Amino acid sequence: MDETKPESPAPESAPKPVPPRKGEADEAALRAPVPSRSLDRLRQALPEAVQEVVFHCGVPIVRVDPERIVEVGHFLKEDAQCRMTLLSDLCGLDLSRLGRPEPRFDVVYQLFSPDQGERLMLKAAVAEGAEIQSVSGVWRTANWHEREAFDMFGIRFAGHPDLRRILMPEEYDAHPLRKDFPLEGRERDHGNWRRPDDERRNVRVR
Amino acid sequence: MFGTSEMEINLGPQHPSTHGVLRVKLSLDGERILDAKPIIGYLHRGCEKLGESRAFPQAIVYTDRMDYVAAVNENIVYVEAVERLLGVEVPPRAQYMRVILSEFQRIASHLVWLATHALDLGAMSVFLYCFREREQILDLFEGYCGARLTTNAVRIGGMYEDFPEGWVEEARRFLEILPARLDEYHKLLTKNRIWLERTREVGVIAGDVALDYGVTGPCLRASGVAYDSRKAIPYAAYREFEFDIPLGTRGDTYDRYLVRMEEMRQSRRIILQALDRLPDGEIRGKTPRRIRPPKGEVYHVNEGPRGELGVYLVSDGTDNAYRCRFRSPCFVNLQALPELCRGHLVADVVAVIGTLDIVLGCIDR
Repeated sequence: MDETKPESPAPESAPKPVPPRKGEADEAALRAPVPSRSLDRLRQALPEAVQEVVFHCGVPIVRVDPERIVEVGHFLKEDAQCRMTLLSDLCGLDLSRLGRPEPRFDVVYQLFSPDQGERLMLKAAVAEGAEIQSVSGVWRTANWHEREAFDMFGIRFAGHPDLRRILMPEEYDAHPLRKDFPLEGRERDHGNWRRPDDERRNVRVR
Repeated sequence: MFGTSEMEINLGPQHPSTHGVLRVKLSLDGERILDAKPIIGYLHRGCEKLGESRAFPQAIVYTDRMDYVAAVNENIVYVEAVERLLGVEVPPRAQYMRVILSEFQRIASHLVWLATHALDLGAMSVFLYCFREREQILDLFEGYCGARLTTNAVRIGGMYEDFPEGWVEEARRFLEILPARLDEYHKLLTKNRIWLERTREVGVIAGDVALDYGVTGPCLRASGVAYDSRKAIPYAAYREFEFDIPLGTRGDTYDRYLVRMEEMRQSRRIILQALDRLPDGEIRGKTPRRIRPPKGEVYHVNEGPRGELGVYLVSDGTDNAYRCRFRSPCFVNLQALPELCRGHLVADVVAVIGTLDIVLGCIDR
């Protein structure tokens, strides 16, 4: 998952096939491409919307142009050969500690076609404070998922019918799943509850 | 002289038939529901953040606490996701054991659903009968792993322990009496006139609308869409078993009832096949001593009792997951609540919440 790498399907040095040691992951097998009819269709119909394709664990991971996410969604859902009628999941991803400082977030879409049994993962990048088009007009299930991504990461979805917090209290002023939010919460969230010896406890906060 | 106006009332968050801390804001015109807005988050514990802050094996215990009515299924889906990231093979015996435990858990979970759903609609005796049978399944879990609800029964690469002596026989004994018990429930409810009046034509949702809302599991199959990830994308050893997916036609509360009742029989069928063919051998695969998956990501799906359980893991090559996302079927199914309630009476909201089979721990994570 090389987020920083520009679109270049062949890595510079062809990796020598090193047999995995006992008990270690065979990375080449994990990254092996798989045939995907919906990916082929998408590349054919909207070639300029597809920015990068990688494979992991047998699923194509497609980075799409964030400007055209709704168009891509409509195509994948309605095309007779793709029929991605189920948006299985939609979530945010904070990449600030994964070697890609800008744009900070990804929105990850997990699509599934019950007719074909095919999976596809879409990703679209969003900068902090920027907006991405909502796909709640394509799949209604996106409504709550996008509210959660807004709540947890502060990703804004343009055209969302009701973009409010969903899990945290409405007056809350932070986005807890961001990587710079401390695991145990901020001092002012739990005020006097902190014990004097808390400093000594070895809690790893990422 | 007197006009009518919309009235807003709250159902919950402290209400016995909301199955936890769910609050529903109802807009009413007399007894008719114009709109229902579910408000959630009262049980939010940040399981995803916790999953990112602990090592992969340590995070398994948090999955128990999400869907505490079906903990085994949550354990298994998380562990399988880590295994896929690692590229680890699970030995056949462990896979069979997982199938057996998760199907038992499905029966137990459906029994809780039936018990509480019937109780909400006024049938007290069904509640008592269902909990009697569920108790036996919980005893089996206790016999296997020492815990009844938060099982933590699965390890990365396999199982933590083999079935103890006599466990398989005990499981068979339970499966022998189960069909008669299921017949009892049918006798109590299926042709019961009150039950029919309360559930038929209540909370109808069409198959394509349900799919659009992301509804999965028995709720989707009651609307006639044959999507079950055990068949569609078989995981563990499900490819090797024969079972049917019960489907409904009308997509109402009564159909969802029938689908779940039949699912219990199918689960029994799967467990019996698995017990008959339980392979010998290892129960733990070859995993590295330190669980450190290579950089990558995976979205793994299992069929839980409530629908599609998903786990999205991103690994940055360290001991902890970089991102640990749980796709909860209850969260997604609850979103369809307004669609199911609109136009019905206030009392039907209770029926609809019951039929969606929600667990608030799973919704709020």
